[in-house]
Formats: sequence, structure tokens, C-alpha cells
Amino acid sequence: MEENILEIKRLTKHFGGVHAVQNLSVVFARGAITGIIGPNGSGKTTLVNLLTGMLPMDGGVIVSDGATLRRMRAHEARFYGITRTFQNIRLFEQMTVLDNLLVVLTERRVFASLFERHGAYHLKKAEALLRQVGLWEKHNELALHLSYGQRKLLEIARAIGTDARVFLFDEPFAGLFPEMREIVKRQLEALREQGAAVLLIEHNTELIRQLSDYVVVLDSGKLLAEGKPESVLRRRDVLEAYLGE
Amino acid sequence: MEYVIHLSIVSGIVAILGMSLNLIVGYTGLLSVAHAAFYGIGAYVTAILLAGFGVNFFLALLLGMALAAAVALLIGLVLSRFDDDYYVLASLGLNIIIYSVFLNWNTLTRGPLGIPGISRPELGIGGYRFGLTSNFSFLVLTLLCAVLVYLAARFITRSSFGRVLMAIREDEQALQVFGYRTVYYKLAIFVIGAVMAAVAGALFASYITFIDPTSFMLRESIFMLSVIILGGLANTNGAVAGAVILVVLPELLRFVGLPSNIAAQMRLLLYGLALVLLMIYRPQGLFGKYRL
Ligand SMILES: Nc1ncnc2c1ncn2[C@@H]1O[C@H](COP(=O)(O)OP(=O)(O)OP(=O)(O)O)[C@@H](O)[C@H]1O
Ligand SMILES: [Mg+2]
Repeated sequence: MEENILEIKRLTKHFGGVHAVQNLSVVFARGAITGIIGPNGSGKTTLVNLLTGMLPMDGGVIVSDGATLRRMRAHEARFYGITRTFQNIRLFEQMTVLDNLLVVLTERRVFASLFERHGAYHLKKAEALLRQVGLWEKHNELALHLSYGQRKLLEIARAIGTDARVFLFDEPFAGLFPEMREIVKRQLEALREQGAAVLLIEHNTELIRQLSDYVVVLDSGKLLAEGKPESVLRRRDVLEAYLGE
Repeated sequence: MEYVIHLSIVSGIVAILGMSLNLIVGYTGLLSVAHAAFYGIGAYVTAILLAGFGVNFFLALLLGMALAAAVALLIGLVLSRFDDDYYVLASLGLNIIIYSVFLNWNTLTRGPLGIPGISRPELGIGGYRFGLTSNFSFLVLTLLCAVLVYLAARFITRSSFGRVLMAIREDEQALQVFGYRTVYYKLAIFVIGAVMAAVAGALFASYITFIDPTSFMLRESIFMLSVIILGGLANTNGAVAGAVILVVLPELLRFVGLPSNIAAQMRLLLYGLALVLLMIYRPQGLFGKYRL
């Protein structure tokens, strides 16, 4: 199997005059956490939206397991083994915590899903996932009744519950207390261990230094720098892009 | 006694409409005000086949369901291009279009004159013929249909499919990223709901023995919406409760001594008042599992 499971080449997206992502080429390796940093508005979330088909791309290609894609639609992301979390948490609010997980574990085909009920197998999987993030006690609560941190954890559990091999985490640590940060760290490291490609968008350079194997720096939708965290985070232009804001 | 049977039959028919619309609006979050169109299709197919061709009720019922399914598929495809407010407006337009067909296709529907002389269902088993002419036997048939629709609704909402419907209501685009082609789910539930509404329409036509287009106007779609909003969205029991309450409650007005023409006026007023109070004090309805 190829080592690189996801690659983008000359990916481009603009909103009117705003070039959110410009000619961006990056390789995301399996069994590694790729940190993505960059000032506000540098195109990080847009990149995730493009990779999951939530926005149509204007140019470039996505290469997934050797297939070259000129367009990606939202429901195709799973087919290419890609999943995500959302910077502005998007749960199924008026559904229970358990249902939020079951929905990514059960049948996707319309007709077959009509004749499927979640069984012991699905429940066991959902329970294990919820226990990993410390939410099992809450499984009968509506998602909207969770605290901010619990909601972030539920989103992460939901992403992990999919059978994806590429995980795009859009600021999973933002606003979390230290003990919850530890839970998230463990999840990311476990995914890396299992050979997944993990993208971590994060403003805290200390976390990036600790967790990522590789760092990509974006500025105004363009690649500013990439490489090992130790060397990239020392570069003057990178520091300026951050401190300059 | 006859009066109680009459109210029970009407409640049963409205309950079918409520339960089916609840699948579309309450569970899936598609705010359709086109439901009376499918109710009308079921009623008109039954009326035309029974009064015009002497076809057996149950065959007519099946054909009405089939036509409702076909039309719902087309309408559902059109509606799949819209979201939120535009969805409501588009469905409103489509209800009016179907209503106009009932009103203007004179050779088939007799337009505003309506279709009289629709017969009651007849069961033919072997050489025996047994007409459901008494209101009591018709009540049994109505309740049987209502129970079947109830069981079907429960089967749907407790399946994985049912969970997907709710997730579509909550965040359709996020759900797509998890590998669901939501368009097909929305189409499927829209067609299923329409088929159930056609059953209610067939029962209505055969029970009242006369139909005209006014029973299938936008107003009726809104009445059905109030049934499920009162009973509570995303709850099948709530839809049944809402139907019984909205059918029986206005009748009570007559017992407090109001002349029937005033009672009829009061009825609309009451619906409106009940809905407004509900929105203020209990937005999830009586038994609702979902707030708009
Ligand atoms: N749907 C949209 N429509 C119009 N402009 C958009 C849209 N999404 C993003 N943009 C613009 O594209 C640019 C990149 O935004 P993006 O959200 O990708 O930045 P980001 O790096 O995720 O920022 P942050 O760190 O604040 O999350 C910004 O200028 C933003 O205003
Ligand atoms: Mg962002």
C-alpha cells in the first residue's frame, strides 16, 4: 500500500475576490499527525471544507489512494475514507448522545436502513467510543444539553466512530479544560498509532510541537512553510505571520 | 351512539393524516404544506373509480396509493431543490397546483360540482358479498387502517432509517459527510407519507360518499400541520392525540349551547388561539420530541 493516503495538488478556492486557498499542494502521510497552522482567515477551515466536499473546489485535484479527483461531493468523503469535526461544533442537537454516534455506525443504504435496527453490535461499539471520551454516563441526554467541552468530545467520538482513515480535526482543543485536552490528545495519538492520517488545525504552537510529526503553515491561503515542527516553528517568516496579526 | 362512531371515524382519518405528515415534518424536518394534495389524490382516485366505474374499493385504494406515490416522487424531486423557507413556499405552490387540477379537470373530476354517489367498501369473499354500509363496520375498517399506519410509522421511526431522518432534520450537510445521500432519504419518506395520506383520502371519500375540491385546499394542509404541532412533533402518539383533540374539541362547542353556524366559526378561532398559546407556552406541543 502507498504510504501517502491523501494528497492535494494546486488546490484552489476563492470567494469573490478572497483567495481562501491558493495553489496549495500538500501530502498527508499515514500514521502521522500533520499540524496545520496559520493566522485567522488563512484558509485552514476552507481546506477541510474542500476535502470533505462541503465546498466545491475551483481548481486543483485531490488524490486519494491513487484516485485523482477534480471534484468531491459531501457524501463521497466517506467513500474516500475522510471524516472531520467542525470548528463551530455541528452535532445532531435534538438527538441523544447515543443516537449521534449510532448514526455513523449504521447502514447507509436507504432501503437496507429501513429494515435495520441498531443491535448489540452497534451498541457495544457506541458504548466503547463514548467511554473513551468519558461521555457514556450522558448517553441518553440530548446533545444540546451537554457542556461546550462535552460537545467537542462527542464530535471527536463521532468522527472516530466512522471507518475513516483520514481525520480532519478543526481546532479540537479550542476552549477545552486541561483534563479534556488530555482525552483529545490520547485520541489523536491512538489514531496515529492505528496508521490513520490525522490533520490537526491548532493555534497553540505548544500543542503543535508536542503532537505533530509534520507541520504545514498557511498564510492567505498559500503554503508559507512545511517541515518538521522543530525547524518550522523556529523560522522567522512563520513567527512573523503569527505575531504580525 | 352514531355520533360517537362518526367522530371516531373522522378522528381515525385525521390521525392517519397526522401520523403521516409527522414523518415528513416532525421527524425529517421538511415543512411541507402539500399534504392535502395527496389526501386529495387518494380521495379522487377512489371517488372516480367507485362512482364512475364500480371498481372495488380496495382496488381503488391501491391505485390511489400508487398514483399518490408517483405524484409524490415528482413533487419530492422538485422540492429537493429547496431548503427551509423556500421549501414551505414551494410546497404551498404545489398544493395549489394539485388543487387547481381537481377544480379544473372537469371531465374527470366534475370540477367544483364534486363527485356524488361514492359507494361504501364491499368485501367479496368467495361467493359472499358483504358491504361495509353501516357506520360501525366502516369504523372498524378505519381503525384497522389507522392501526396499520401507526405500526408502519413506528417501524420506520425505530429503524436506522428513522434515525437518519432525524439527523437530516438536525444538520443535513453534516450528515452527508458521514456518507449519507440524504436526497434519497427525503424522497423516500415523502413518498411513504403521501401513500399514507392517500389511504386517508380513500376512506374519506367512501365514508362521506361525496367529495369536491374544497376538502383538499391549502387550508386542510394547514389543519394537518396544526394537528401535529398540537400533538407534538416527532411523536407518533402525539399525532394521534392531536387528531382526536382537534376533531372532538370543536364538537364540544355545540354542547355548550352555541348554534352550529357560530360553533363552526368559533372552531377556526379556537384552532388559531390554541396554536398561538401553544407556541408561547409549550413550543414542543403536548407530547413533542422536537422543537421547530
Ligand atoms: N463560505 C464562505 N463564503 C465567503 N467567504 C468565506 C467562506 N468561508 C471562508 N471564507 C473566507 O475565506 C478566508 C479563509 O477562511 P477560513 O475559515 O478558511 O480561515 P481559517 O484559517 O479557518 O481561520 P480561523 O483560524 O479563524 O478559523 C477568510 O477570508 C474567510 O472570510
Ligand atoms: Mg477555521
